[in-house]
Amino acid sequence: MTFFDYLKMDFVQYAIITTIFISLSSALLGVPLVLRRFSFIGDGLSHVAFFAMAIATALKVLFRRFNFNLTNDMIVIMPITIISAIMLLRTSNNSKIKGDQAIALISVGALSFGYLIMNMFPASGNVSQDVCTTLFGASSILTLSLSDVIISIALSIMVIIIFIIFYNKIFIVTFDESFAVATGVNANFYNLFLAVVTAIVIVLAMNLVGSLLISALIIFPVISSMRIFKNFKMVTISSSIISAVCATLGLIISIIQGTPVGSTIVAVNVVVFIIFYIIGLKA
Amino acid sequence: MELLEIKNLTVKNENNILFSGLNFKINRGDYLAIVGENGSGKTTLMNTILGLRKNYEGEIIFKSGLTKKDMGYLPQVTILKNDFPASCEEIVLSGLVSKMQHFFYTKEDKNACDKIMDKLDITHLKNKSYAEISGGQRQRVLLARALLATKDVIFLDEPVTGLDPHVTQDLYQIIKKLNDEGIAIVMISHDIKEVFKYATHILHIGNNIFYGTKEEYIKNDEYGRGL
Repeated sequence: MTFFDYLKMDFVQYAIITTIFISLSSALLGVPLVLRRFSFIGDGLSHVAFFAMAIATALKVLFRRFNFNLTNDMIVIMPITIISAIMLLRTSNNSKIKGDQAIALISVGALSFGYLIMNMFPASGNVSQDVCTTLFGASSILTLSLSDVIISIALSIMVIIIFIIFYNKIFIVTFDESFAVATGVNANFYNLFLAVVTAIVIVLAMNLVGSLLISALIIFPVISSMRIFKNFKMVTISSSIISAVCATLGLIISIIQGTPVGSTIVAVNVVVFIIFYIIGLKA
Repeated sequence: MELLEIKNLTVKNENNILFSGLNFKINRGDYLAIVGENGSGKTTLMNTILGLRKNYEGEIIFKSGLTKKDMGYLPQVTILKNDFPASCEEIVLSGLVSKMQHFFYTKEDKNACDKIMDKLDITHLKNKSYAEISGGQRQRVLLARALLATKDVIFLDEPVTGLDPHVTQDLYQIIKKLNDEGIAIVMISHDIKEVFKYATHILHIGNNIFYGTKEEYIKNDEYGRGL
Protein backbone atom coordinates (compact mmCIF):
# COMPACT_ATOMS: atom_id res chain seq x y z
CA MET A 1 0.00 0.00 0.00
CA THR A 2 1.38 3.42 -0.88
CA PHE A 3 0.97 6.49 1.30
CA PHE A 4 -1.74 7.75 -1.04
CA ASP A 5 -3.78 4.66 -0.38
CA TYR A 6 -3.51 5.41 3.34
CA LEU A 7 -4.57 9.00 2.70
CA LYS A 8 -7.93 7.78 1.39
CA MET A 9 -8.77 6.26 4.74
CA ASP A 10 -10.95 8.21 7.16
CA PHE A 11 -8.85 7.58 10.25
CA VAL A 12 -5.66 8.73 8.53
CA GLN A 13 -7.33 11.95 7.40
CA TYR A 14 -8.67 12.54 10.91
CA ALA A 15 -5.25 11.89 12.39
CA ILE A 16 -3.45 14.29 10.04
CA ILE A 17 -5.91 17.15 10.51
CA THR A 18 -5.98 16.73 14.29
CA THR A 19 -2.19 16.51 14.40
CA ILE A 20 -1.78 19.78 12.53
CA PHE A 21 -4.15 21.68 14.84
CA ILE A 22 -2.77 20.22 18.07
CA SER A 23 0.83 20.87 17.03
CA LEU A 24 0.00 24.47 16.07
CA SER A 25 -1.58 25.24 19.42
CA SER A 26 1.14 23.51 21.42
CA ALA A 27 3.88 25.47 19.62
CA LEU A 28 2.10 28.80 20.18
CA LEU A 29 1.76 28.03 23.85
CA GLY A 30 5.38 26.92 23.97
CA VAL A 31 6.66 30.42 23.17
CA PRO A 32 5.59 32.10 26.43
CA LEU A 33 6.19 28.94 28.47
CA VAL A 34 9.79 28.55 27.33
CA LEU A 35 10.58 32.26 27.52
CA ARG A 36 9.23 32.52 31.06
CA ARG A 37 11.35 29.54 32.08
CA PHE A 38 8.18 27.55 32.67
CA SER A 39 9.17 24.59 30.49
CA PHE A 40 8.95 22.27 33.46
CA ILE A 41 5.39 23.24 34.28
CA GLY A 42 4.41 21.59 30.99
CA ASP A 43 6.31 18.51 32.03
CA GLY A 44 4.76 18.41 35.48
CA LEU A 45 1.29 18.88 34.08
CA SER A 46 1.69 16.04 31.63
CA HIS A 47 2.18 13.73 34.61
CA VAL A 48 -0.96 15.14 36.16
CA ALA A 49 -2.76 14.41 32.91
CA PHE A 50 -1.57 10.80 33.19
CA PHE A 51 -3.06 10.67 36.68
CA ALA A 52 -6.29 12.21 35.39
CA MET A 53 -6.39 9.64 32.61
CA ALA A 54 -6.03 6.88 35.21
CA ILE A 55 -8.96 8.32 37.16
CA ALA A 56 -11.03 8.49 33.98
CA THR A 57 -10.22 4.85 33.22
CA ALA A 58 -11.11 3.80 36.77
CA LEU A 59 -14.42 5.70 36.59
CA LYS A 60 -15.17 4.01 33.29
CA VAL A 61 -14.63 0.62 34.91
CA LEU A 62 -16.78 1.58 37.89
CA PHE A 63 -19.58 3.06 35.80
CA ARG A 64 -19.64 0.00 33.55
CA ARG A 65 -20.59 -2.05 36.60
CA PHE A 66 -23.68 0.13 36.89
CA ASN A 67 -24.35 -0.12 33.16
CA PHE A 68 -23.44 3.51 32.64
CA ASN A 69 -21.11 4.44 29.84
CA LEU A 70 -18.61 7.25 30.26
CA THR A 71 -18.24 8.16 26.62
CA ASN A 72 -15.64 10.86 26.75
CA ASP A 73 -12.55 10.82 28.96
CA MET A 74 -11.98 14.52 28.53
CA ILE A 75 -14.86 15.42 30.86
CA VAL A 76 -12.80 13.96 33.70
CA ILE A 77 -9.25 14.67 32.50
CA MET A 78 -9.70 18.31 31.55
CA PRO A 79 -10.93 19.72 34.91
CA ILE A 80 -8.32 17.83 36.96
CA THR A 81 -5.50 19.07 34.75
CA ILE A 82 -6.80 22.65 34.61
CA ILE A 83 -7.11 22.86 38.41
CA SER A 84 -3.59 21.44 38.84
CA ALA A 85 -2.27 23.95 36.32
CA ILE A 86 -3.73 26.86 38.26
CA MET A 87 -2.36 25.48 41.52
CA LEU A 88 1.11 24.97 40.03
CA LEU A 89 1.21 28.50 38.69
CA ARG A 90 0.11 29.91 42.02
CA THR A 91 2.85 28.08 43.90
CA SER A 92 5.50 29.12 41.43
CA ASN A 93 4.65 32.75 42.15
CA ASN A 94 5.04 32.79 45.92
CA SER A 95 4.79 30.10 48.50
CA LYS A 96 6.75 28.21 51.06
CA ILE A 97 7.26 25.35 48.62
CA LYS A 98 9.26 26.76 45.70
CA GLY A 99 8.09 26.28 42.14
CA ASP A 100 10.57 23.61 41.07
CA GLN A 101 9.97 21.62 44.24
CA ALA A 102 6.21 21.83 43.81
CA ILE A 103 6.49 20.61 40.24
CA ALA A 104 8.74 17.72 41.25
CA LEU A 105 6.36 16.71 44.05
CA ILE A 106 3.26 16.86 41.90
CA SER A 107 4.92 15.07 38.95
CA VAL A 108 6.07 11.98 40.82
CA GLY A 109 3.04 11.98 43.09
CA ALA A 110 0.67 12.05 40.14
CA LEU A 111 2.66 9.41 38.28
CA SER A 112 2.66 6.92 41.13
CA PHE A 113 -0.99 7.43 42.10
CA GLY A 114 -1.94 7.15 38.43
CA TYR A 115 -0.14 3.83 38.14
CA LEU A 116 -1.69 2.59 41.42
CA ILE A 117 -5.18 3.46 40.24
CA MET A 118 -4.64 1.80 36.88
CA ASN A 119 -3.62 -1.38 38.67
CA MET A 120 -6.54 -1.28 41.09
CA PHE A 121 -9.12 -0.75 38.35
CA PRO A 122 -7.72 -2.52 35.30
CA ALA A 123 -9.59 -1.55 32.14
CA SER A 124 -8.27 -4.56 30.28
CA GLY A 125 -6.33 -7.73 31.00
CA ASN A 126 -3.06 -6.05 30.09
CA VAL A 127 -2.31 -3.18 32.46
CA SER A 128 1.27 -2.61 31.32
CA GLN A 129 0.01 -2.20 27.78
CA ASP A 130 -2.54 0.40 28.92
CA VAL A 131 0.07 2.28 30.92
CA CYS A 132 2.49 2.26 28.01
CA THR A 133 -0.21 3.60 25.70
CA THR A 134 -0.98 6.47 28.07
CA LEU A 135 2.68 7.33 28.60
CA PHE A 136 3.88 7.10 25.01
CA GLY A 137 0.70 7.65 23.04
CA ALA A 138 1.13 4.45 21.01
CA SER A 139 -1.39 4.81 18.22
CA SER A 140 -4.32 6.53 19.89
CA ILE A 141 -4.18 9.34 17.35
CA LEU A 142 -5.11 6.77 14.68
CA THR A 143 -8.10 5.48 16.63
CA LEU A 144 -9.84 8.81 17.25
CA SER A 145 -13.59 8.90 16.87
CA LEU A 146 -15.21 11.73 14.94
CA SER A 147 -16.28 13.40 18.19
CA ASP A 148 -12.69 13.26 19.51
CA VAL A 149 -11.54 14.88 16.29
CA ILE A 150 -14.13 17.63 16.51
CA ILE A 151 -13.38 18.38 20.18
CA SER A 152 -9.62 18.44 19.55
CA ILE A 153 -9.90 20.72 16.55
CA ALA A 154 -12.40 23.05 18.24
CA LEU A 155 -10.24 23.43 21.36
CA SER A 156 -7.10 23.93 19.25
CA ILE A 157 -8.78 26.62 17.16
CA MET A 158 -9.94 28.30 20.37
CA VAL A 159 -6.37 28.31 21.71
CA ILE A 160 -5.01 29.71 18.45
CA ILE A 161 -7.63 32.49 18.22
CA ILE A 162 -7.20 33.55 21.84
CA PHE A 163 -3.44 33.56 21.37
CA ILE A 164 -3.74 35.85 18.34
CA ILE A 165 -6.17 38.18 20.11
CA PHE A 166 -3.97 38.49 23.20
CA TYR A 167 -0.69 38.36 21.27
CA ASN A 168 0.60 41.77 22.38
CA LYS A 169 -0.48 41.29 25.99
CA ILE A 170 1.18 37.87 26.07
CA PHE A 171 4.34 39.47 24.69
CA ILE A 172 4.62 42.10 27.42
CA VAL A 173 3.65 39.79 30.28
CA THR A 174 6.29 37.34 29.02
CA PHE A 175 9.05 39.88 28.51
CA ASP A 176 8.53 42.17 31.46
CA GLU A 177 5.70 41.41 33.84
CA SER A 178 6.45 44.32 36.17
CA PHE A 179 6.22 46.85 33.35
CA ALA A 180 2.94 45.26 32.29
CA VAL A 181 1.49 45.53 35.80
CA ALA A 182 2.89 49.05 36.33
CA THR A 183 1.09 50.29 33.21
CA GLY A 184 -2.19 48.71 34.24
CA VAL A 185 -2.20 45.33 32.45
CA ASN A 186 -3.95 42.65 34.49
CA ALA A 187 -1.04 40.20 34.47
CA ASN A 188 -2.80 37.79 36.85
CA PHE A 189 -5.53 37.27 34.31
CA TYR A 190 -3.04 36.43 31.57
CA ASN A 191 -1.12 34.09 33.87
CA LEU A 192 -4.33 32.30 34.73
CA PHE A 193 -5.23 32.13 31.06
CA LEU A 194 -1.79 30.71 30.29
CA ALA A 195 -2.25 28.01 32.95
CA VAL A 196 -5.67 26.99 31.63
CA VAL A 197 -4.47 26.90 28.03
CA THR A 198 -1.42 24.84 29.04
CA ALA A 199 -3.70 22.29 30.64
CA ILE A 200 -5.98 22.13 27.59
CA VAL A 201 -3.10 21.73 25.16
CA ILE A 202 -1.49 19.02 27.26
CA VAL A 203 -4.67 16.98 27.43
CA LEU A 204 -5.11 17.34 23.67
CA ALA A 205 -1.50 16.45 22.95
CA MET A 206 -1.71 13.35 25.12
CA ASN A 207 -3.58 11.63 22.28
CA LEU A 208 -0.81 12.55 19.92
CA VAL A 209 2.42 11.76 21.72
CA GLY A 210 1.44 10.37 25.11
CA SER A 211 1.98 12.13 28.41
CA LEU A 212 5.74 11.56 28.77
CA LEU A 213 6.59 13.18 25.45
CA ILE A 214 4.27 16.20 25.55
CA SER A 215 6.84 18.70 26.73
CA ALA A 216 8.92 17.86 23.66
CA LEU A 217 6.02 19.01 21.50
CA ILE A 218 5.79 22.25 23.46
CA ILE A 219 9.44 23.22 23.79
CA PHE A 220 11.37 21.82 20.80
CA PRO A 221 9.84 24.02 18.07
CA VAL A 222 10.41 27.15 20.16
CA ILE A 223 14.00 26.36 21.09
CA SER A 224 14.77 25.45 17.46
CA SER A 225 13.29 28.76 16.25
CA MET A 226 15.28 30.74 18.81
CA ARG A 227 18.52 29.42 17.29
CA ILE A 228 17.82 31.39 14.12
CA PHE A 229 15.21 34.06 14.76
CA LYS A 230 15.79 36.94 17.13
CA ASN A 231 12.43 38.63 17.34
CA PHE A 232 9.22 37.54 19.00
CA LYS A 233 6.98 37.57 15.95
CA MET A 234 9.33 35.44 13.84
CA VAL A 235 9.95 33.02 16.71
CA THR A 236 6.18 32.60 17.10
CA ILE A 237 5.53 32.09 13.38
CA SER A 238 8.52 29.81 12.89
CA SER A 239 7.61 27.67 15.93
CA SER A 240 4.12 27.09 14.58
CA ILE A 241 5.43 26.08 11.16
CA ILE A 242 8.18 23.83 12.54
CA SER A 243 5.73 22.19 14.93
CA ALA A 244 3.07 21.49 12.29
CA VAL A 245 5.62 20.23 9.74
CA CYS A 246 7.47 18.00 12.23
CA ALA A 247 4.27 16.52 13.65
CA THR A 248 2.75 15.80 10.24
CA LEU A 249 6.01 14.37 8.93
CA GLY A 250 6.42 12.23 12.05
CA LEU A 251 2.87 10.94 11.72
CA ILE A 252 3.33 10.05 8.04
CA ILE A 253 6.63 8.28 8.72
CA SER A 254 5.07 6.30 11.55
CA ILE A 255 2.11 5.24 9.38
CA ILE A 256 4.37 4.08 6.55
CA GLN A 257 7.08 2.52 8.70
CA GLY A 258 4.85 1.27 11.51
CA THR A 259 6.88 3.11 14.17
CA PRO A 260 5.24 4.54 17.34
CA VAL A 261 3.66 7.92 16.51
CA GLY A 262 4.76 9.94 19.55
CA SER A 263 8.42 9.04 19.53
CA THR A 264 8.64 9.44 15.75
CA ILE A 265 7.25 12.98 15.99
CA VAL A 266 9.67 13.86 18.78
CA ALA A 267 12.56 12.31 16.81
CA VAL A 268 11.74 14.54 13.82
CA ASN A 269 11.70 17.54 16.18
CA VAL A 270 15.13 16.58 17.51
CA VAL A 271 16.54 16.36 13.97
CA VAL A 272 15.11 19.79 13.11
CA PHE A 273 16.57 21.21 16.32
CA ILE A 274 20.04 19.91 15.40
CA ILE A 275 19.76 21.42 11.90
CA PHE A 276 18.63 24.79 13.28
CA TYR A 277 21.34 24.68 15.92
CA ILE A 278 24.04 24.25 13.27
CA ILE A 279 22.56 26.98 11.05
CA GLY A 280 22.37 29.23 14.13
CA LEU A 281 26.07 28.69 14.88
CA LYS A 282 27.03 29.79 11.38
CA ALA A 283 24.81 32.87 11.35
CA MET B 1 0.39 70.66 38.85
CA GLU B 2 0.24 67.71 41.18
CA LEU B 3 0.39 64.26 39.62
CA LEU B 4 0.68 61.97 42.61
CA GLU B 5 0.29 62.36 46.34
CA ILE B 6 1.57 59.78 48.79
CA LYS B 7 -0.15 60.06 52.15
CA ASN B 8 0.92 58.38 55.35
CA LEU B 9 2.36 55.37 53.54
CA THR B 10 3.54 52.43 55.63
CA VAL B 11 5.16 49.40 54.03
CA LYS B 12 6.21 46.23 55.81
CA ASN B 13 8.11 43.26 54.56
CA GLU B 14 7.74 39.81 56.13
CA ASN B 15 9.25 40.65 59.50
CA ASN B 16 9.64 44.35 60.01
CA ILE B 17 8.42 47.79 59.01
CA LEU B 18 10.49 49.21 56.14
CA PHE B 19 9.19 52.72 56.56
CA SER B 20 6.08 54.31 57.99
CA GLY B 21 4.16 57.56 57.75
CA LEU B 22 5.74 58.54 54.46
CA ASN B 23 4.31 61.73 52.87
CA PHE B 24 5.34 63.32 49.61
CA LYS B 25 4.08 64.68 46.32
CA ILE B 26 5.14 64.42 42.72
CA ASN B 27 4.45 67.48 40.58
CA ARG B 28 4.76 67.96 36.85
CA GLY B 29 8.36 68.85 36.03
CA ASP B 30 9.75 67.51 39.32
CA TYR B 31 12.97 65.52 39.34
CA LEU B 32 12.70 63.44 42.49
CA ALA B 33 15.71 61.39 43.56
CA ILE B 34 15.00 58.55 45.98
CA VAL B 35 18.12 57.84 48.03
CA GLY B 36 18.97 55.73 51.07
CA GLU B 37 21.06 52.80 52.18
CA ASN B 38 20.86 49.34 50.65
CA GLY B 39 17.85 47.52 51.98
CA SER B 40 16.08 50.68 53.15
CA GLY B 41 13.19 49.91 50.80
CA LYS B 42 13.71 52.22 47.80
CA THR B 43 12.67 49.63 45.23
CA THR B 44 9.87 48.41 47.46
CA LEU B 45 8.55 51.99 47.68
CA MET B 46 8.63 52.37 43.91
CA ASN B 47 6.96 49.00 43.40
CA THR B 48 4.24 49.98 45.85
CA ILE B 49 3.49 53.23 44.03
CA LEU B 50 3.42 51.35 40.72
CA GLY B 51 1.01 48.75 42.06
CA LEU B 52 3.47 45.85 41.90
CA ARG B 53 3.05 45.33 45.65
CA LYS B 54 -0.39 45.22 47.12
CA ASN B 55 0.52 45.12 50.78
CA TYR B 56 0.61 48.63 52.26
CA GLU B 57 -1.19 51.06 54.51
CA GLY B 58 -1.88 54.65 53.59
CA GLU B 59 -2.94 56.31 50.38
CA ILE B 60 -1.52 56.66 46.89
CA ILE B 61 -3.61 59.31 45.15
CA PHE B 62 -3.57 59.90 41.39
CA LYS B 63 -4.26 63.53 40.49
CA SER B 64 -4.77 65.73 37.42
CA GLY B 65 -6.44 62.91 35.50
CA LEU B 66 -3.42 60.65 35.77
CA THR B 67 -4.28 56.94 35.66
CA LYS B 68 -2.33 53.72 36.02
CA LYS B 69 -2.14 53.55 32.24
CA ASP B 70 -0.13 56.79 32.16
CA MET B 71 2.80 55.50 34.17
CA GLY B 72 6.20 55.18 32.55
CA TYR B 73 8.52 52.66 34.16
CA LEU B 74 12.06 51.52 33.61
CA PRO B 75 12.68 48.49 35.83
CA GLN B 76 15.97 47.37 37.32
CA VAL B 77 18.05 45.79 34.56
CA THR B 78 18.65 42.63 36.52
CA ILE B 79 15.04 41.48 36.37
CA LEU B 80 14.91 41.39 32.57
CA LYS B 81 15.89 38.44 30.45
CA ASN B 82 18.76 39.57 28.29
CA ASP B 83 18.51 36.69 25.83
CA PHE B 84 14.87 37.40 25.05
CA PRO B 85 14.11 37.16 21.32
CA ALA B 86 12.46 40.51 20.64
CA SER B 87 13.30 43.31 18.24
CA CYS B 88 13.80 46.76 19.73
CA GLU B 89 10.72 47.96 17.86
CA GLU B 90 8.60 45.22 19.45
CA ILE B 91 9.81 46.28 22.88
CA VAL B 92 9.29 50.02 22.40
CA LEU B 93 5.81 49.44 20.92
CA SER B 94 4.84 47.42 23.96
CA GLY B 95 4.81 50.73 25.85
CA LEU B 96 1.37 51.25 24.29
CA VAL B 97 0.03 47.88 25.38
CA SER B 98 -2.43 49.14 27.96
CA LYS B 99 -3.72 51.90 25.70
CA MET B 100 -4.32 49.91 22.53
CA GLN B 101 -7.86 50.15 21.18
CA HIS B 102 -7.76 47.01 19.05
CA PHE B 103 -5.95 43.72 19.32
CA PHE B 104 -3.05 45.04 17.28
CA TYR B 105 -1.05 48.24 17.04
CA THR B 106 -2.31 50.75 14.49
CA LYS B 107 -0.40 52.80 11.97
CA GLU B 108 -0.55 55.78 14.34
CA ASP B 109 0.91 53.67 17.14
CA LYS B 110 3.79 52.70 14.89
CA ASN B 111 4.35 56.31 13.86
CA ALA B 112 4.45 57.39 17.50
CA CYS B 113 6.96 54.62 18.14
CA ASP B 114 9.17 55.77 15.22
CA LYS B 115 9.08 59.34 16.49
CA ILE B 116 10.23 58.40 19.97
CA MET B 117 12.94 56.07 18.68
CA ASP B 118 14.17 58.94 16.55
CA LYS B 119 14.12 61.29 19.53
CA LEU B 120 16.26 58.93 21.60
CA ASP B 121 18.55 58.29 18.65
CA ILE B 122 17.86 54.57 18.40
CA THR B 123 16.17 54.38 14.99
CA HIS B 124 19.09 52.30 13.72
CA LEU B 125 18.28 49.65 16.36
CA LYS B 126 14.67 49.24 15.23
CA ASN B 127 15.06 45.75 13.75
CA LYS B 128 17.99 44.70 15.95
CA SER B 129 17.38 42.08 18.59
CA TYR B 130 17.34 43.11 22.25
CA ALA B 131 19.71 40.19 22.89
CA GLU B 132 22.36 41.65 20.60
CA ILE B 133 22.64 45.28 21.71
CA SER B 134 24.80 46.84 24.43
CA GLY B 135 23.71 47.70 27.96
CA GLY B 136 23.50 51.42 27.21
CA GLN B 137 21.43 50.79 24.10
CA ARG B 138 19.10 48.53 26.08
CA GLN B 139 18.45 51.29 28.59
CA ARG B 140 17.63 53.69 25.76
CA VAL B 141 15.20 51.18 24.29
CA LEU B 142 13.51 50.70 27.67
CA LEU B 143 13.42 54.47 28.19
CA ALA B 144 11.75 54.84 24.79
CA ARG B 145 9.17 52.27 25.84
CA ALA B 146 8.47 54.17 29.07
CA LEU B 147 8.22 57.40 27.11
CA LEU B 148 5.68 55.88 24.73
CA ALA B 149 3.61 54.82 27.74
CA THR B 150 3.50 58.24 29.41
CA LYS B 151 3.52 61.95 28.86
CA ASP B 152 3.61 62.73 32.57
CA VAL B 153 5.89 60.71 34.78
CA ILE B 154 8.68 58.15 34.45
CA PHE B 155 9.89 55.94 37.29
CA LEU B 156 13.46 54.70 36.97
CA ASP B 157 14.99 52.10 39.26
CA GLU B 158 18.79 52.45 39.22
CA PRO B 159 18.93 53.09 35.47
CA VAL B 160 22.72 53.42 35.19
CA THR B 161 23.74 50.24 37.00
CA GLY B 162 26.48 48.46 35.08
CA LEU B 163 26.93 51.14 32.43
CA ASP B 164 30.32 52.66 31.67
CA PRO B 165 30.88 56.32 32.72
CA HIS B 166 30.48 57.75 29.24
CA VAL B 167 27.19 55.94 28.56
CA THR B 168 26.01 56.85 32.06
CA GLN B 169 26.51 60.57 31.33
CA ASP B 170 24.63 60.22 28.04
CA LEU B 171 21.69 58.58 29.80
CA TYR B 172 21.60 61.27 32.51
CA GLN B 173 21.59 63.94 29.77
CA ILE B 174 18.64 62.32 27.97
CA ILE B 175 16.69 62.01 31.21
CA LYS B 176 17.45 65.65 32.01
CA LYS B 177 16.21 66.66 28.56
CA LEU B 178 12.92 64.82 29.12
CA ASN B 179 12.59 66.50 32.50
CA ASP B 180 13.12 69.91 30.89
CA GLU B 181 10.23 69.11 28.56
CA GLY B 182 7.98 68.79 31.62
CA ILE B 183 7.98 65.05 32.33
CA ALA B 184 8.31 64.29 36.03
CA ILE B 185 11.23 61.99 36.83
CA VAL B 186 11.31 59.71 39.86
CA MET B 187 14.67 57.99 40.12
CA ILE B 188 16.22 55.58 42.56
CA SER B 189 19.96 56.07 42.67
CA HIS B 190 23.07 55.05 44.56
CA ASP B 191 25.07 57.71 42.85
CA ILE B 192 24.01 60.65 45.07
CA LYS B 193 26.63 63.09 43.83
CA GLU B 194 25.68 62.58 40.20
CA VAL B 195 21.93 62.66 40.72
CA PHE B 196 22.30 65.89 42.74
CA LYS B 197 23.29 67.73 39.59
CA TYR B 198 19.82 67.20 38.17
CA ALA B 199 17.35 66.53 40.99
CA THR B 200 14.90 69.18 42.18
CA HIS B 201 13.61 67.15 45.14
CA ILE B 202 15.12 64.50 47.38
CA LEU B 203 13.40 61.69 49.23
CA HIS B 204 15.70 59.98 51.70
CA ILE B 205 14.39 56.81 53.26
CA GLY B 206 15.94 54.74 55.99
CA ASN B 207 16.06 55.25 59.75
CA ASN B 208 15.30 58.92 59.21
CA ILE B 209 12.96 60.06 56.50
CA PHE B 210 13.54 63.30 54.65
CA TYR B 211 11.48 64.82 51.86
CA GLY B 212 12.07 68.29 50.46
CA THR B 213 13.82 70.30 47.80
CA LYS B 214 17.46 69.73 47.06
CA GLU B 215 18.36 73.06 48.73
CA GLU B 216 16.60 72.08 51.95
CA TYR B 217 18.37 68.73 51.89
CA ILE B 218 21.79 70.33 51.59
CA LYS B 219 21.03 72.77 54.43
CA ASN B 220 19.90 69.91 56.64
CA ASP B 221 22.74 69.13 59.07
CA GLU B 222 22.27 65.44 59.06
CA TYR B 223 22.43 64.86 55.32
CA GLY B 224 24.05 67.97 53.92
CA ARG B 225 27.53 67.18 55.17
CA GLY B 226 29.94 66.17 52.48
CA LEU B 227 27.79 67.33 49.61
